[in-house]
Amino acid sequence: MFAFVISRILQSIPVLLAVALISFAMFAYVGDPIAIMLGQDFTEAQRAALVADLGLDQPFWVQFTRFALHAAQGEFGLSYRLSRPVADLIAERAPATLELAFCAAAVALAIGVPMGVYTGLYRHSWLSRAFLTFSLIGVSLPTFLIGILLILVFSVWLGWLPSFGRGDTVTIGWWSTGLLTWSGIKALILPSVTLGLFQLTLIMRLVRAEMLEVLRTDYIKFARARGLTNRAVHFGHALKNTLVPVITVVGLQLGAIIAFAIVTETVFQWPGMGLLFIQSVGSADIPVMAAYLLLIACLFVVINLIVDLLYYAVDPRLRTGRGRGGH
Amino acid sequence: MRKWALAAAMAALFGMGAAEARTVRWAASGDPNTMDPHSQNVGTVTMVLQQIYDALIARNPQLGLAPGLATRWEQQEPNRWRFWLRDGVRFHEGEAFTADDVVFSITRALAPTSNFGIFVDTIERAEQVEPLVVDIITKTPDPILPNKLASIFMMSRSWSERNNAPRPQNTRAREEIFTVRNTNGTGAFRLQSREADVRTVLARNADWWGWREEDSREANVTEIVFRPIGSDATRIAALLSGEVDFVLDPPLQDLTRLRAAQGIRVLEGPEVRSLYLVFDTHRDELLYSDVRGRNPFRDLRVRQALYHAVDIQAIHRTTMRGQSVPTGTLFPPQVNGYVQAEDVRLPHDQARARALLTEAGYPNGFQITLDCSNNRYINDEQICQAIAAMWARVGVRTQLNAMPLAPFFAKIQREDTSVYMLGWGVPTLDALYSFQSLLATRNGAQGDGIWNYGRYSNPQMDALIQRMKTETGEARQAAVTEALRLYRTDVPHIPLHHQMIPWALRAHIQMPHMANNQPFFRWARVN
Repeated sequence: MFAFVISRILQSIPVLLAVALISFAMFAYVGDPIAIMLGQDFTEAQRAALVADLGLDQPFWVQFTRFALHAAQGEFGLSYRLSRPVADLIAERAPATLELAFCAAAVALAIGVPMGVYTGLYRHSWLSRAFLTFSLIGVSLPTFLIGILLILVFSVWLGWLPSFGRGDTVTIGWWSTGLLTWSGIKALILPSVTLGLFQLTLIMRLVRAEMLEVLRTDYIKFARARGLTNRAVHFGHALKNTLVPVITVVGLQLGAIIAFAIVTETVFQWPGMGLLFIQSVGSADIPVMAAYLLLIACLFVVINLIVDLLYYAVDPRLRTGRGRGGH
Repeated sequence: MRKWALAAAMAALFGMGAAEARTVRWAASGDPNTMDPHSQNVGTVTMVLQQIYDALIARNPQLGLAPGLATRWEQQEPNRWRFWLRDGVRFHEGEAFTADDVVFSITRALAPTSNFGIFVDTIERAEQVEPLVVDIITKTPDPILPNKLASIFMMSRSWSERNNAPRPQNTRAREEIFTVRNTNGTGAFRLQSREADVRTVLARNADWWGWREEDSREANVTEIVFRPIGSDATRIAALLSGEVDFVLDPPLQDLTRLRAAQGIRVLEGPEVRSLYLVFDTHRDELLYSDVRGRNPFRDLRVRQALYHAVDIQAIHRTTMRGQSVPTGTLFPPQVNGYVQAEDVRLPHDQARARALLTEAGYPNGFQITLDCSNNRYINDEQICQAIAAMWARVGVRTQLNAMPLAPFFAKIQREDTSVYMLGWGVPTLDALYSFQSLLATRNGAQGDGIWNYGRYSNPQMDALIQRMKTETGEARQAAVTEALRLYRTDVPHIPLHHQMIPWALRAHIQMPHMANNQPFFRWARVN
């Protein structure tokens, strides 16, 4: 077990280095932060001084090595745009994104699983068909459009929910949360639904497929033959056995939700890491972009590791052949 | 007895009315990057900081000069301006405002890390004469120094030094400085709280010296909540749903809808920002063209031909939906030096354009790449698409290369372009700023030709710019007029239009529209 974790961590180092290298190389095409930092008025001397200040006149490999060494120590320097330490900026924005991502995942699970069970059990009812049609919309409509539609209906027409921002937040230590105020909770609803809708339909279809699969198996027939109630058969036996792949997918998707909250955050002006990233792209704020991409890469590596470990724990077949020292 | 009670109740009611919070919730697409008054000369920063900080010279709603922290000023010698300061002004944290603070602020704006060099480029130093009298000594006579000083905010020396911020942020530093998130001005509002990219709250400074002035007597805003909303659709939705009172930059396509919406007003006005197409008139062979061995843009007839090919009225009507002022000159009427008689375009005339091209030796036209930004000016990419189509109609096959502003500016600043579209604002509101930055020969000197990436160079123009720098009164205006005429005849650019800037606000708010796109809440009234 321990050896397995160590080997996975070692494997992730080249992955992170590759991400760092690719993202750093990409920045050459994002544009020149100098133009934005100098504004409309400057002299050639000021320009040259700023280029030298930022080390942009040095060869690519020198710049990259310096960046990687600093990054390894968690040191990303100052944002060009905001003149503040990148680590602080990301730490300030992380709670907003994480809260949004978990709420979105919760929405997706809380609605997606029951819908999946229902459509699996009553394949031919009109409600199932309605759910399936709805899920097609969820899969095919782009996030920004869903967000705008929700804003139009619930903010502009009905006036029930705010169209942007986080509402009032409460700060506990370094964590700022919107879950403790009424306006914060209201502000969470539309972005969570927007962000979670795709996952919701994904989970629903997954649960449905798994349910159909499981309901055909012998042990379900046997359970029915034993005279168990429908409820016990459906939920105690069938659903339970569908959940293994669902948990895996949800775990992996959580990383995707955090990483791709960018669009939702932009539509709702949600002050999270994704919005920070987009704004940094707009002004070629290289330190923030690099830090964000690395952070997301780390996140995926960690989530993959956890999922692997879960498999390892759940599926006995993985453990055989590794001797008895595994766990 | 009962009457008295009623009167008392009424009085109490009115008293409460006066103390009631009159909040303006304001949204715009961009957030100020810093709260430091000398670090970034960008509109999004200035629009917030000018509520908090004052300059020696203020501007009135028409953008004319007005007394600010200085009550009067005078050019005592060619190289010496004297300013008499307002008495009894205090910073938000209580320090008295004195001549020493002026000396400090000017010195700070002169620091290498300052982004406000253009406004203090002629200044050698500032000197305290008396506690409330200060002299500014210039290297050369500067007739427009007061116009420039209207952009330099005054800080407190003791506060800045105490908080370790005697100079604007150095980008190489690893630590942020205090002034990035904290302010201490003398202005009408004080910074109450700030979360970058989320919310900036300003509260009325009841002790501000200007509340008694004519323009501000009716003003009653007690609180400003600024929130950036990047997405156009969301920003407008927030206005329509009543979550926001004032949107600084509503997108053009939503204006019709906003005008029709109940309780919302659209304030329209011209902006001090003009758009041009700028030619590479320097190279012997263009970088992005199929013409080999020569540069067609060095031929005046080609530049004229492309000018004639542009149907500016079509752009005005269709692309800009009426929200532009077509122009034939370098800057709009609000800028000191503007001459109506020189604001004349070459007419739209495709036959003439083809004839000129043939005359210049390009009967079949040629191919060219037009560089454009796609998120900097109002409808910039669409304008360039229209231009490309218009040029194609006279035989100049135009490829459009539209980019976000960061790579776009980097590209043109490397002079890696053959023709590009540029928008230009004039913060000093004086002709010299545009001429010097855009049309002076690029020679590395302070300010000269720093945005002249087509490398236009004409000794006659340089001489006129030199005269604008030193002469005053009518002699100076004569130089400006002549330069404007030369600009028309030499066609270094194709001028397109001045931008209009609509503001959208809820009907219960009244405030003057500002041509520099910088709202002043010191003149705003909430009914």
